[in-house]
Amino acid sequence: MSIDKDKIKHVSKLARISVDERKIDDLTKDLSSIFKFIEQLNELNTDKVEPLSSILNEPLRYRKDEINDGKIRDKILENSPKKNEEFFVVPKVIE
Amino acid sequence: MVGKVMNKEKGKYLIEGEKGKWEVVIGLEVHAQVSSNSKLFSGSSTKFGADPNTQVSLVDSAFPGMLPVINEFCVQQAIKTGLGLNAKINSYSVFDRKNYFYADLPQGYQISQYKNPIVGEGKITLDLPSGTKTIGIERLHLEQDAGKSIHDLDPSNTYVDLNRSGVALMEIVSKPDLSSPDEVNAYIKKLRSIMRYLGTCDGNMQEGSLRADVNVSVRKEGNKELGTRCEIKNVNSIKFMQMAIIYEAQRQVELLESGKSIDQETRLFDTKKNETRSMRSKEDAHDYRYFPDPDLLPLNLNKELIENIKKNLPELPDQKKERFINNYSLTAYEANVLVSEKEISDYFEEVVKTSDIKLAKNWIMGDLFASLNEKNISISQSRVTAKKMSQLIDSISSGVISGRTAKEVFEIMKESGEEPDKIIESKGLQQKSDPKELEKIIEKILTDNKDKVEQYKSGKDKLFGFFVGQVMKISGGKANPQLVNQILKDKLKK
Repeated sequence: MSIDKDKIKHVSKLARISVDERKIDDLTKDLSSIFKFIEQLNELNTDKVEPLSSILNEPLRYRKDEINDGKIRDKILENSPKKNEEFFVVPKVIE
Repeated sequence: MVGKVMNKEKGKYLIEGEKGKWEVVIGLEVHAQVSSNSKLFSGSSTKFGADPNTQVSLVDSAFPGMLPVINEFCVQQAIKTGLGLNAKINSYSVFDRKNYFYADLPQGYQISQYKNPIVGEGKITLDLPSGTKTIGIERLHLEQDAGKSIHDLDPSNTYVDLNRSGVALMEIVSKPDLSSPDEVNAYIKKLRSIMRYLGTCDGNMQEGSLRADVNVSVRKEGNKELGTRCEIKNVNSIKFMQMAIIYEAQRQVELLESGKSIDQETRLFDTKKNETRSMRSKEDAHDYRYFPDPDLLPLNLNKELIENIKKNLPELPDQKKERFINNYSLTAYEANVLVSEKEISDYFEEVVKTSDIKLAKNWIMGDLFASLNEKNISISQSRVTAKKMSQLIDSISSGVISGRTAKEVFEIMKESGEEPDKIIESKGLQQKSDPKELEKIIEKILTDNKDKVEQYKSGKDKLFGFFVGQVMKISGGKANPQLVNQILKDKLKK
């Protein structure tokens, strides 16, 4: 995969990370070499190997369908930069 | 918009363009809220209508270091729904992160299933006026719902309520097998009915328990290739889905006929203007950068669990319909109507346990449905319970009241919920079914109208109606009509 300037801009926008325009060239170079390193894995033939989602060979832990959480509104809202008694308050987002 | 022409030949839905006829191809992604007490990955309540942000845990609000733990009941509900859709249950499935930023999504990603969903291909059979049609199901997967943004409480801010954040949804994706707004209507209703029978989703569209993304494309009639589609996001009623499809298909036909092409994009249906428009904010939205959620292990289902759920499945609408047709000699149409909602079929079965089948179906599908429509309530909210309906029907069968009087009684019942026997008793509506009493009345009428009796006997048959009328008049309309006919015929023969 080749990493170019546009790719950097696109990915930083998706990740909501602002990237200094002057640093884009360096970033492109760095990321390209990282990708090159990782892409060595492509030399292996994995046609008959199932993709692995986890290296833990354990079953997923289940929870019973019981209500035992919530009702902690003050705690939830406490760290919000902007709030009122009931809601998180954010800048207007509307279509 | 000009020239909106619909053509419904042989049940086929076509749009008549200037340069030919066009077919519409529709696929639905239905988001159905799983009926459960607590959320998919946390122990907060899912109850609708609670005070804002009171049903939110640290997991739902994505505090750092919180780990999701899956609700086993939600998994079972998804399996159950899959089995109800005749679908393949995948013993191995994976939860992925779907990444995007929005104020009501505190995690910055939605936990969903991408490459390996819990349920694979299945099907739903629709009963349409033109016959039955099978709609393919592509997949069903489990995912989290987002919170709710409220835009109209403050002029410059949006308020966020996370009560819904993390509630379990089933996304049910159909194949692009639907080809008209009517089929979409039938599909949603059938899907809803199956889930309500199963108890896996309450299907309450007002409360947002059932919403859909609608994929629409058009192609020249008979063309096999699919056209470029647009996705209309988050439509929350069948009527709006139909309106959106009609608008969108027409828009695409006009674009294509004027030599333009369709951009594959996400659109929004504006219910006030009755139009769809592009959601520019979603331009990059398809770049969700899915990857397996490292907080969750893959979901491995053992065969016994699946078999066990299968064994305990309730009777589903299609099976019940067959049974109704066979056991109660109903027509396919009647059976369809009576099984469409589980509550209706339960009501019907309770009534016919003791009462006449033919009267039961006519009364339920006639007067009772009319009263439900009039009051805009469901059958379980009706004051005329199955038991009371049974009583009413029995008093018709046994000749205590006539069908016409029964309608009068029903009008009172639907308002007050009073028992029919009590209404009949207190208003003195019982039919006069005592032959001796009727004979007396009839004999008096015959002696008072000797001339008419002569005319009748000499061949003026029409006068029979006159005698019946007289009996009814004297008895205040309460004489048992069959008995009156019988006695009159006997007397006039002599």
